[in-house]
Amino acid sequence: MLNELWLIPALPLAGFLALAFLGARMPRGLAGFIGVGSVGLSAALTILIGLRFLGAPPPDNSYTQVLWTWFEVGKLSPQIAFCLDPLSLVMTFIVTGVGFLIHVYSLEYMRDDPGYARFFAYMNLFVSSMLILVLADNLLLLYLGWEGVGLCSYLLIGFWYSDPANCRAASKAFIVTRVGDTAMAIGLFLLATHLGSLNIHTVMEQAQVQWAVGAPLAVAAAALLLGGAVGKSGQLPLQVWLPDAMAGPTPVSALIHAATMVTAGVYLIARTHVIFELAPSVQGLVAAVGALTLLIAGISALAQRDIKRILAYSTISQIGYMFLALGVGAWSAAIFHFFTHAFFKALLFMAAGAIIVSLHHEQDIFKMGGLRKQLPAVFWTFLAGALSLVAFPFISSGFYSKDEILMLAWYSPQGGWHLWLAGLTGAVLTSVYTFRAVFIVFFGESNGHVTSKPGSMMTVPLWILAGLATLAGLVQTPITHLLERTPLWSETAGEQTAHTGELGLQVAAIAAGLLGIYIAWSRFVVHRDSTREWTETAAGAKLCALSASGCGFDWLYDMLFVRPFITAANFCKKDFTGAIDTAIVSVNMGLNYALHASQSGRIRWYATAMAIGAAITLAIVILL
Amino acid sequence: MTASVPIEHGLALAAILFALGLIGLLVRRNIVYSLLSIEVMLNAAGLAFVVAGARWGQSDGQIMFLIIVTMAAAEVAVGLALVLRFSRLFKTLDGDAASRMRG
Amino acid sequence: MNAIFYITAAVAVVSTGLAITRANAIHSLLWLVTSLLAVSVIFFVLGAPFVAALEVIIYAGAIMVLFVFVIMMLNLGPDAAEQEREWLSARAWTGPGILALILLAEMVYILKGNVSTLEGARMISPKELSLALYGPYILVVELASLLLLAGLVGAYHLGRRDPASAKELKS
Repeated sequence: MLNELWLIPALPLAGFLALAFLGARMPRGLAGFIGVGSVGLSAALTILIGLRFLGAPPPDNSYTQVLWTWFEVGKLSPQIAFCLDPLSLVMTFIVTGVGFLIHVYSLEYMRDDPGYARFFAYMNLFVSSMLILVLADNLLLLYLGWEGVGLCSYLLIGFWYSDPANCRAASKAFIVTRVGDTAMAIGLFLLATHLGSLNIHTVMEQAQVQWAVGAPLAVAAAALLLGGAVGKSGQLPLQVWLPDAMAGPTPVSALIHAATMVTAGVYLIARTHVIFELAPSVQGLVAAVGALTLLIAGISALAQRDIKRILAYSTISQIGYMFLALGVGAWSAAIFHFFTHAFFKALLFMAAGAIIVSLHHEQDIFKMGGLRKQLPAVFWTFLAGALSLVAFPFISSGFYSKDEILMLAWYSPQGGWHLWLAGLTGAVLTSVYTFRAVFIVFFGESNGHVTSKPGSMMTVPLWILAGLATLAGLVQTPITHLLERTPLWSETAGEQTAHTGELGLQVAAIAAGLLGIYIAWSRFVVHRDSTREWTETAAGAKLCALSASGCGFDWLYDMLFVRPFITAANFCKKDFTGAIDTAIVSVNMGLNYALHASQSGRIRWYATAMAIGAAITLAIVILL
Repeated sequence: MTASVPIEHGLALAAILFALGLIGLLVRRNIVYSLLSIEVMLNAAGLAFVVAGARWGQSDGQIMFLIIVTMAAAEVAVGLALVLRFSRLFKTLDGDAASRMRG
Repeated sequence: MNAIFYITAAVAVVSTGLAITRANAIHSLLWLVTSLLAVSVIFFVLGAPFVAALEVIIYAGAIMVLFVFVIMMLNLGPDAAEQEREWLSARAWTGPGILALILLAEMVYILKGNVSTLEGARMISPKELSLALYGPYILVVELASLLLLAGLVGAYHLGRRDPASAKELKS
């Protein structure tokens, strides 16, 4: 009854193949139709299969479809197999659903781009890889999807490759995530050698059997997996690539760098949470990474001028919340925040994209202003996303998910007041930077010149996502209950529902959000001039520069890694093995110069050469 | 009524003709003469085949000669067409004039 | 019969030598025809009458006629002969002459030593040759037909008057 599962990733893959091989010769309409249609079909199929799954859950709440054995090496024989359980169902739903809306939006956004078919080919490949990642039955197939999305991310960040800055951003994203991916690959080797399998179920069961809590191997495996997750999800210390990744087209930022790929790390940790439970120290590290990241990203977002970079830092910060939740064992809360975040962050990016297109590719928020009247549809949808991002009470989905994370950060056995305080401070920062953007872009006097208004292909997905961002919080209980049916899913923090003082915590969280909005209002609407004056004082300018540079991590890594590496490379360039290489080259070049004198283009000279060759050959025959 | 000359005399004749053709090819700058010299060399090779075939009383050598004749015919047809085009293009028959390489 | 062989061999060598040294193209061709006819006689003497006939018909006939046509078309006048004479300087002869002599000496040296007369020489009739050609060598016939077709197409293509491409090459 769930036999069509394999079609979900196969359809976008087929779309990719068709577009990659025939896209250049297709009319644009057909290319767009294939690109959007394949993801749309996949989304429809996901809903159909999801309904069947919920209507008649398979035994053990998990359905595995084995297609074929990938390869066999010794005792390791990973299969191409897809596994559907509540966790992967939620992920698949987001990837195909939000993916479909963003594809529809791209139809209009990329309308005049010469690389139209190429864009949809990459996007389809991305959706396919992401689906393989979330549906994979074993960690090796998951890794295939993991690298596939990394490749697509690279290709799409550098989509406009004629600008070297975009290529540099793409390379940076690829190289920085590679650090994490290498750690993850080593982690997979470790699991495969010690547990004898990479099948997720087997690995989780074996880990519980073979490793005690706090066993060194479990700690090592968890730490290595965390390394992969940190790289992919743009968390400390590998967060530096994500703001630069905004060089890609806006739909790419919405799909890959906000809604889906960057949350792959969250998915990985949730999927392998058994190992993290066996390594409490690493789990504490996850929470600490999340808390630190959400604070640093929040501070970095405060002084950005580029609207997409603001959203990028907010993405890092929100994923920090998810890591915080994972770190305190609140798996469902993390996935639920992923669920709502996918809607409102995709919405914010797409609304930002609509503004950027309307203002003829202007991304600086200080050159916008007063757009509330000129682009009302964009304003209202952006506002819906912003309210969700700051967890505005009751009428936003973000409120429900973030509130739960903060609550569990306090109550969970692994949590504590310091984690809660970090989350709360982050909430204030979130409100400030979000509404700073809202007030500067949509209020005040108009600076920008609206050249075109977004068409229905762009606004309809915006309205749909705005509705979802507002209402998705209502399904909190069903989703959490659904997720708790995931096999091997032990909720360590989810059961504590009624506590004393819960109301107080909620009030504090609400107050933090509102306080941030008030600060933004007073600093950027009422006292805007005094704020500007403050940024021109010595201390203010320094703080702004620190925030704008993302707390100086790029500079730090440049000093720590890039420069020493270049120095070492320059040093090594001069050693004797280099001399050997140069010698080979110069000898060849000398021979080339000597021999190309013989390339005279004269027939008689060539004939003479042949005759000399014949004479020498015969001489050899005679003499030997 | 066939001759009973030593085989190497026949082959030596072929070698002399071949060498003469080679000299012609190397000395003459006119491309018509180059083609002509190539004909001489091909003919010499054919002669060597026929002599060798006659040594064993087999028809194979003569069949090889047939192949050579066929090849020579095709070669001359294409070669002379090239000569015509060459003279139209460069207004000369000097083979060295066609060199555009600056070695 | 042996005397005929040596006489015609001498004729062939002398006429070939003259063919490659004449300045006038038509004279060269006539000497070459003589040389080919001499080789044809040698074929006949060696017991290959069919091949001897082919030598006359195709080589001395068809191919040489082709040369004559082309030389007529090129319309080489006395100026061309004069230029040929200029090109035939002694200096131009020495290098190739020495090279060819070395090659010839080497070939003759290799031939020397294994003396064997053409004892098995016999007349090979056209019938026998045809049976071999259309029996074990049928593939050769096919290949020859392909080769001739390629030559035909190539000659047609190259010989076409094509002002556009000619202009392009010139510029």
